[in-house]
Amino acid sequence: MQGPSDFELSRRKLLLGTAASVAFGAAPGIADAQTPAGPAQAATAPAISMSKVSFNVNGRVRELALDTRTTLLDALREHLHLTGSKKGCDHGQCGACTVIVGGRRINSCLTLAVMHEGDEIRTIEGLGTPENLHPMQAAFVKHDGYQCGYCTPGQICSAVAVLDEVEAGIPSHVSADLNAPPQLTNAELRERMSGNICRCGAYSNIAEAISEVAGRPA
Amino acid sequence: MKSFTYERARSPAEAAATAARTEGARFIAGGTNLLDLMKLEIETPAHLIDVNGLSLDKIESTPEGGLRIGALVRNTDLAADPRVRRDYGVLSRALVAGASGQLRNKATTAGNLLQRTRCPYFYDTNQPCNKRRPGSGCAAVGGFSRQHAVVGASEACIATHPSDMAVAMRVLDATVETVRPDGPARTIPIADFHHLPGNTPDVETALSPGELITAVTLPKPVGGTHIYRKVRDRASYAFALVSVAAIVQRDGTGRVALGGVAHKPWRIESAETQLPRGAKAVTAQLLSGAKPTRENAFKLPLVERTLGAALAEAKG
Ligand SMILES: Cc1cc2nc3c(=O)[nH]c(=O)nc-3n(C[C@H](O)[C@H](O)[C@H](O)COP(=O)(O)OP(=O)(O)OC[C@H]3O[C@@H](n4cnc5c(N)ncnc54)[C@H](O)[C@@H]3O)c2cc1C
Ligand code: SF4
Ligand code: FES
Ligand code: FES
Repeated sequence: MQGPSDFELSRRKLLLGTAASVAFGAAPGIADAQTPAGPAQAATAPAISMSKVSFNVNGRVRELALDTRTTLLDALREHLHLTGSKKGCDHGQCGACTVIVGGRRINSCLTLAVMHEGDEIRTIEGLGTPENLHPMQAAFVKHDGYQCGYCTPGQICSAVAVLDEVEAGIPSHVSADLNAPPQLTNAELRERMSGNICRCGAYSNIAEAISEVAGRPA
Repeated sequence: MKSFTYERARSPAEAAATAARTEGARFIAGGTNLLDLMKLEIETPAHLIDVNGLSLDKIESTPEGGLRIGALVRNTDLAADPRVRRDYGVLSRALVAGASGQLRNKATTAGNLLQRTRCPYFYDTNQPCNKRRPGSGCAAVGGFSRQHAVVGASEACIATHPSDMAVAMRVLDATVETVRPDGPARTIPIADFHHLPGNTPDVETALSPGELITAVTLPKPVGGTHIYRKVRDRASYAFALVSVAAIVQRDGTGRVALGGVAHKPWRIESAETQLPRGAKAVTAQLLSGAKPTRENAFKLPLVERTLGAALAEAKG
């Protein structure tokens, strides 16, 4: 028997397939600067414009043909079925979609998948496995750094990157001295994690989990 | 989101030329403002020119002793640059007071300058808004105007410019470098870069169609104590109600620019002569002719107090 998720999957594939053939057949949806799109081309642009992109997700090269409108978040969730990254607001306001691209945390909802040609993307699925958790994942479990868990993948990806940012000497709004290496105090940690909202308010446990991995008391 | 075609730019000149000749073309850099607005169909480009591959991501020293910041330098990298932290602290401080760590990793120098207002009626496509739909009226006049401008506004629009970085750029006398589709590069002083709303609030900057920002240049450091104070509804990850960028010298002279009060970073050089006399005297000149609404009149005393706190901080 086909479960509802399988049905969803095949319906999506069907839609994608249809869209792709329409666009590729109708007009050149992918333009590059060697074949600049003139006004005439823009006027006859297909209803759906497709573009190809290839990037590395969690160590695996993935090639996709996508509607140019597809955000990185939707490419990960809907096309690669990496549903760990969550869609909270879809407008850069909550951090649930945080992933690590080229070693830096970003909001995957506010970037287009086609803008990531050749990039290395790490999602919560690539940090650790249930059998072999990343230290940050293990610390969140130990300290109960969540309640419903919806914001958690974004919190963990963000936290992993925050430790690197502190290591790299990137200052924050609460760093007293811009010219001294920042320390991961509780105030620093909270400021740096402010782009990740937790509707359940698990903040103090999240702070404890991160502090433990950073090697300091919260 | 409306459908669009997409290309990666190969050179600044070519990007500008393509943008000028392609109907509905827009540059995309970090995408953190443009995509937000495209999702709401406030922005509906037919063609996106991705400028991220252009090598405009360096911060170089200039022969004049200043810094030339590439248009694509990310807000995080600009805030963390050791030269910026040492010589242009107000800029580092303004940057890290804005948005979130994730957003600053994507947001670029040019994109930050060009981010659009956060006026709630601009965001609500059911409302009249002269900036979004010229001639439709302004829902903020007589509406919910707590965040809006108190100086330099017009009957057509009372929106504020939301950038923190731009306020620091203004106090530092930055210059915007561009390439135009049809002609040579030019430089625009930051004071002339952002426009007041007047009768055309949809025309926000001095840029002409297709004009691409390549860099922002800072003159040589002026020393002094650098302060950026931002007052907002929560301690982090929120836009300014009022902000103050100040550079104060030992003798009490200095410079001040304000954020959150006008359609552009607000600086009146003549008001700065009042700095040794204190915040009240400076504010009186900076905000002379202010026309607050009932809901945002609080910004007037808030500017004075925030500036007072900044000056006290500078004294140490
Ligand atoms: C939740 C949230 C909170 C935020 N909080 C703050 C805050 O507190 N303070 C603050 O200052 N900002 C804040 N921001 C705004 C953020 O700083 C801007 O979105 C960002 O700086 C825009 O830069 P970008 O590179 O992503 O621009 P994009 O979105 O890529 O582009 C913005 C505009 O600039 C144009 N453009 C880009 N590059 C060029 C170029 N080289 N030449 C010509 N045109 C160009 C684009 O066509 C577009 O019109 C916030 C944003 C979000 C989503
Ligand atoms: S204040 Fe400006 S942006 Fe806001 S509704 Fe009025 S015209 Fe539009
Ligand atoms: S879903 Fe991306 S920030 Fe909320
Ligand atoms: S655990 Fe529920 S939103 Fe954070």
